[in-house]
Amino acid sequence: MRSSLLDRRALLRGAALGGAGLAVANWYPAWAQPVSRGITKPIPELSGDTISLRVAQEMVSVDGRQAHVIAMNGTVPAPLLRLREGQTVRIRVDNALDEETSLHWHGLLVPFQMDGVPGLSFPGIPARSSFTYEFPIMQSGTYWYHSHSGLQEAMGHYGPIVIDPRDADPIACDREHVVMFSDHSFVHPHTLFTKLKQDPGYYNRRKQTLAGLLAGRDQKHADRLAWARMRMDPTDILDVTGAAYTYVVNGYGPRDNWTALFKPGERVRLRLINAAAMTIFNIRIPGLTMTVVAADGHPIRPVAVDELQMTIAETYDVIVTPAEDRAYTIVGEAIDRSGMARATLAPREGMVGEVPPLRERPLLTMRDMGMDMAGMDMPGSGGGTIDLSKPDAATTGMDHGAAGGATPGAMSMKMRDPKNAPQVVMGPGVQTIAPMPMDRTGEPGVGLENVGHKVLVYRDLVALEPNPDVRAAAREIELHLTGNMERYMWSIDGQTLSQARTPIPLRTGERVRMTLINDTMMNHPIHLHGHFFELVTGHGDHSPRKHTVNVPPGGKVSFDVTGIYGDWAFHCHMFLHMHAGMIRVVQVRDAGGAA
Amino acid sequence: MNALRLLGLSPLLYAASVSAQTMPPTGEHAGHQGHDMSGMTMPTTSPAPTPAPPAPHADHDMQGMGDMPMPATTTEAKGAVSGTDLKPGSKSPPPVATDRPADRFFDSGAMATAQANLLGEHGGMSFHKIQFNLAEYQAREGRDGYRWDASAWFGGDIDRLALKSQGEGNFGAPVEHGEVQALWSHALDPYWNVQGGIRQDFGKGPDRTYASIGIEGLAPYWFELGASAFVSSKGDLLARLEGDIDQRITKRLILQPRVELNFAAQDIPENRIGSGLSNAELGLRLRYEVRREFAPYIGISYDRKVGATARYARADGERTQATSLVFGIRTWF
Repeated sequence: MRSSLLDRRALLRGAALGGAGLAVANWYPAWAQPVSRGITKPIPELSGDTISLRVAQEMVSVDGRQAHVIAMNGTVPAPLLRLREGQTVRIRVDNALDEETSLHWHGLLVPFQMDGVPGLSFPGIPARSSFTYEFPIMQSGTYWYHSHSGLQEAMGHYGPIVIDPRDADPIACDREHVVMFSDHSFVHPHTLFTKLKQDPGYYNRRKQTLAGLLAGRDQKHADRLAWARMRMDPTDILDVTGAAYTYVVNGYGPRDNWTALFKPGERVRLRLINAAAMTIFNIRIPGLTMTVVAADGHPIRPVAVDELQMTIAETYDVIVTPAEDRAYTIVGEAIDRSGMARATLAPREGMVGEVPPLRERPLLTMRDMGMDMAGMDMPGSGGGTIDLSKPDAATTGMDHGAAGGATPGAMSMKMRDPKNAPQVVMGPGVQTIAPMPMDRTGEPGVGLENVGHKVLVYRDLVALEPNPDVRAAAREIELHLTGNMERYMWSIDGQTLSQARTPIPLRTGERVRMTLINDTMMNHPIHLHGHFFELVTGHGDHSPRKHTVNVPPGGKVSFDVTGIYGDWAFHCHMFLHMHAGMIRVVQVRDAGGAA
Repeated sequence: MNALRLLGLSPLLYAASVSAQTMPPTGEHAGHQGHDMSGMTMPTTSPAPTPAPPAPHADHDMQGMGDMPMPATTTEAKGAVSGTDLKPGSKSPPPVATDRPADRFFDSGAMATAQANLLGEHGGMSFHKIQFNLAEYQAREGRDGYRWDASAWFGGDIDRLALKSQGEGNFGAPVEHGEVQALWSHALDPYWNVQGGIRQDFGKGPDRTYASIGIEGLAPYWFELGASAFVSSKGDLLARLEGDIDQRITKRLILQPRVELNFAAQDIPENRIGSGLSNAELGLRLRYEVRREFAPYIGISYDRKVGATARYARADGERTQATSLVFGIRTWF
């Protein structure tokens, strides 16, 4: 299993540079200049009841550049673990690093002591030692695994998991591919973190400029002044951008051009996984409709879409049926449009599809600050950009309110009013409190409001099977996702894990509703370990079951979840946000049990 | 500010929200996908756009959603309310437990260490930054000179050790004025730090030591501002205001206007400082960010001594004002 990526890729690159690769080079943007004819090799696969993984530092090639990674069995991504529902798997992990490591099974329902979070579920796997995980496989679908130690995940310490159902798979297909997106940095992730602490806009190379204003681009002058007054930057969409990242598919950069093969007319199942440390992707395959058939491993009623925004740590299974004998490009565009992960879906090796250019970078709006008044008559409505230069928007919103005959509420519209979030510990780490956070689960995500084709929204997701627990939540827990972009601080309810230390207590079997309110202007992909939760999106007993949910800027998201005994991490999956403190412990104990 | 006018309307607007959210769902609002809101003027009658409702919504019940803001995608309610459509209750949470379940499976000493690491690592890390905002050659009538303005911090998000140094002089002469400050810096709110410590001066006249207290931070419109007061070991009181702003012309070309004003509460003849506004520096510097951390610049700097300070200078046969063409490097690491 220990194939050396370095040798294999160096070989391929050499072959490509002398061959057809250069012929197409001149019509690609620089970041998509091919270094290979396409790499069709799938991720190596491991299966059975006993699996062995070795974690070690390696050098690999990404887009022809040498990259220092933490690999498993010599590869990035780590081997595909192909498991079957109902089996019990033993996974031995040998740590060949000089530091602690760990493996977390993202989305797998495992006993808490097998969940792989050092300091919570187990002590970690010390340097030069081994640990054997053992747990029953109680589910099926597409998942993934990654390190939960330090920032190792951001260095390539991740891999896919596919679990075949015990019985026939409800999702029929002729062929399948794992398509795992990530963001590779040639500098150490601790350096990324340090730069952001020193200069939070360090990687944002596309701030608004005076030249842009004169050329009529971006915000108008009045809006720029209004945002500057608020000390808010509408171009702050991703913290780490294409300025530092090479976006990869199955470990390969856009120029490597990883290629998935198909025969025209086949139903091809793509198991999409976003294993990035800091990047949300807009996924599309120009020329093909993607039918979403599963989300976070669970089958859903099929939804046909042209594009979907996949937040960090989510998985989506989509079916495509390419009928023509031609190559299609799998596009994974970073949501700030600073770069692109690119792969190819082709009938034969060595074919390339047309690579669409990056689209214009979007700007955040008042809605992303949780201050959108014009959309108020339609909570959850999509796609608004509120133009501050048009006072009509505000006036009309007010008129509408008056027409509704409502009595004035007590809520303040200030940007940082503690009264709007009494439980938040106000301090330097809380830059804003969204005065009017909205349910945005009916919206396609930042920058996709007006793309002119169907984009998946959370409300489209309807579970294929009835939910296992359809009781009403016994109580509601509200949590605020807080931060300060000027100091690069991230927290929950105003406190980092280092500051708060108090867990969120639940009873075993207790059904609770959690409502997450995003007071910041960044997206936060929130992941609860060891559980599936049902999103509150109006689908009753067929609510989509997820392990990770994106809480958009100025947005709020609710889900119902049933407590499973143990200590579980609950955190933002932007790895640097988690590292900065946006993490809590969910503590589930038997009711009346000894504490 | 239109934004502020918007804010002022809050109560009515909130009321509108509440009324909208509690209105029964109707078909009126369904299916407005693709409306372009970018140039919206919002006539009262226009429904706001909603993404296309997924087909399966039709047979799901929206009642019991309480105050959850939901788009009205269901035309009518039918069937039993179940699952996430049910309203949550108000049961009280259980007490926080103090046990560590992992101790039943693993060595509790190792777990305690790992837990301490987990708690400390997520939000408790320390960083540093060392920056030269100014490090420049000043070409002017008479003897050319130099100026530096540097700062550094070491520590966590809230509490830091801050070091500052600034000074100026003419080539071929001793340092005109130089100072170093060692400060404890504490984050007060999202933008402002309070700083206190000591300042040591060197250069012309007797070297003085001061107690220093001040604030610095980011003001609306992205102004970087600082205000400090200094009390010397002799009891003399000084103050300083400084501010600058980065105006981004292109991605890499940045114009930085800068102002520094120094005040004194009394004449300090031995240091040639007079009471009132003692001197001012107005600068305009254009830098090119080769990297974020390394930006050569050119600019002009206008320095002027004022009032009693200017009289001291004249008495000493020195200039009271100078306009310099400056070349320098702004750098940090």
